[in-house]
Amino acid sequence: MGATLKDATAIAGIGQTPFAKHLPESEKTLACRAIVAALDDAGIAPSEVDAFASYTMEETDEVEIAKAIGAGDVTHFSKVGYGGGGSCATVAHLAAAVATGQASVGVAWRSRKRGSGPRPWKNTRVQLPTPGQWTRPFGLLRPADEIGLLARRYMHEYGATRDHLFNVALACRNRANQNPAAIMYERPLTREMYMTARWISEPLCLFDNCLETDGALACVVVSAERARDCRQRPVYVHSAAQGLPAQHHGMVNYWNDDPLTGPAWTAARHLWKGADLGPQDVDVAQIYDAFTPLIPLSLEGYGFCGRGEGAAFTEGGALEIGGRLPLNTGGGGLSEAYVHGFNLITEGVKQLRGTSTAQVPDAATCLVTAGEGVPTSALLLRS
Amino acid sequence: MSATESVRAAMTPSVPESLSASVPGTTDNAPGDDAGLLLPVPDEDGAPFWDHAARGELRVQSCSDCDELRFPPRPCCPHCQSFASHWRRMSGRGRIWSYVLPHPPLLPAYAALPGYNAIVVELAEAPRIRLVGNLVAAPDAPLNSVGPARLRIGAPVKAVFAKLPGGVTVPRWLLERP
Ligand SMILES: [Zn+2]
Repeated sequence: MGATLKDATAIAGIGQTPFAKHLPESEKTLACRAIVAALDDAGIAPSEVDAFASYTMEETDEVEIAKAIGAGDVTHFSKVGYGGGGSCATVAHLAAAVATGQASVGVAWRSRKRGSGPRPWKNTRVQLPTPGQWTRPFGLLRPADEIGLLARRYMHEYGATRDHLFNVALACRNRANQNPAAIMYERPLTREMYMTARWISEPLCLFDNCLETDGALACVVVSAERARDCRQRPVYVHSAAQGLPAQHHGMVNYWNDDPLTGPAWTAARHLWKGADLGPQDVDVAQIYDAFTPLIPLSLEGYGFCGRGEGAAFTEGGALEIGGRLPLNTGGGGLSEAYVHGFNLITEGVKQLRGTSTAQVPDAATCLVTAGEGVPTSALLLRS
Repeated sequence: MSATESVRAAMTPSVPESLSASVPGTTDNAPGDDAGLLLPVPDEDGAPFWDHAARGELRVQSCSDCDELRFPPRPCCPHCQSFASHWRRMSGRGRIWSYVLPHPPLLPAYAALPGYNAIVVELAEAPRIRLVGNLVAAPDAPLNSVGPARLRIGAPVKAVFAKLPGGVTVPRWLLERP
């Protein structure tokens, strides 16, 4: 076996803009602000940046970013597809590039005006022969509908209830109530609010759906050795993985043998194979939460419990601070900000620096995951 | 369009809403209950499905070498890599595998059908072949013609065909025991 990724690189800096339903500045400006802040956090000059990674859905390309922030000669740049499934992969691609000498200072970012911009599913101009021809004419229009179908089947097969989904929404909201930067900082959630909320795609209600947010975030990836000389305590990329399962079909994954085992299972197998640690060693988790049902599915996929046990896992405050697996400690996509999961990466870094607004005592390992349902990715971070 | 672009397009806000107000692929301005519903936009692999549907037949792509069914259709058999395929006729019988009841915000034509359902049907002959569709009270009835209380996972259903105002025929599903 050749070079390994294990602890070879670290996240040395993180940066973010405010989060809001509407920010006046452009996505490009917000991206630059987050990136400049992340480099300042690391204590690295923009002229040293020689690698970029982002999402294929990112509207600002690396050419614009590089010339605006004053990057030097760039020798590695990559874009990852599948919306929120690409979040952790941006860091993974930079880690691979840095570990193999393709670059030395990498910046990953996501800037998105999903709060004040259009809703993607309203775009009927791009009418998607595949797989849209098999779903959209029948009114399966939005990601909420596509995941709602999986959620209904999951509830049917395993006896999961809306109370289990509420446990997820509540844990995220409680953490947001501790986080002044979170959209839902001053907005507590009660069971009654949840149970009487309007439907979005029954069985999913308003609080099962992520926020619609304007905002941008970035992080800086360097070698482990370099990170030890930076301003902040290094957060090591211990293991990383992407996951596209055999016979997978994207978010509308109803056509393979077993639609309830999604990309998380594939990513997890590779993630744990490359790690010295297992699920039992994880102190805190940042799990992609565009929709609450993704949490029980991911808990199963990443091996925190057995198949069909993800809903029951959420009982008894398991996802709260002090519980078995504190979840989305900045508030997540459900209650901090929905920026395609990048805030889950930065929150993982804060936990391992000991600077989270909902700090898990002595947190030393953090799992961060990307969108489940779509081809996905994951990071295992350690201090 | 590649799968990558499909997922991207499904999730990206890249086209301003002002550009998407009136576009091909919908039945905008057509009369009747289905006005404004999205029409299927077939690709080369999927076109035979819709051609057969227009003749009132539910057919699924089958490998001509190893006989395995596959859906959605694609150029090559994932089991034996054969490029030879044909379209095997199905009985049209199946069971509801799951369903949702979408509520606003929705595209206007769907918002005009409160309580409509979207279902996934697993086919009786091939339970791993699952089709997204709608449970309706009669072939030409609107998408909200069956009350939500009648929807149940496992309920037996049968395929019928509805010709939409735009001239495209799509499968719909009736309860076997209404
Ligand atoms: Zn074959």
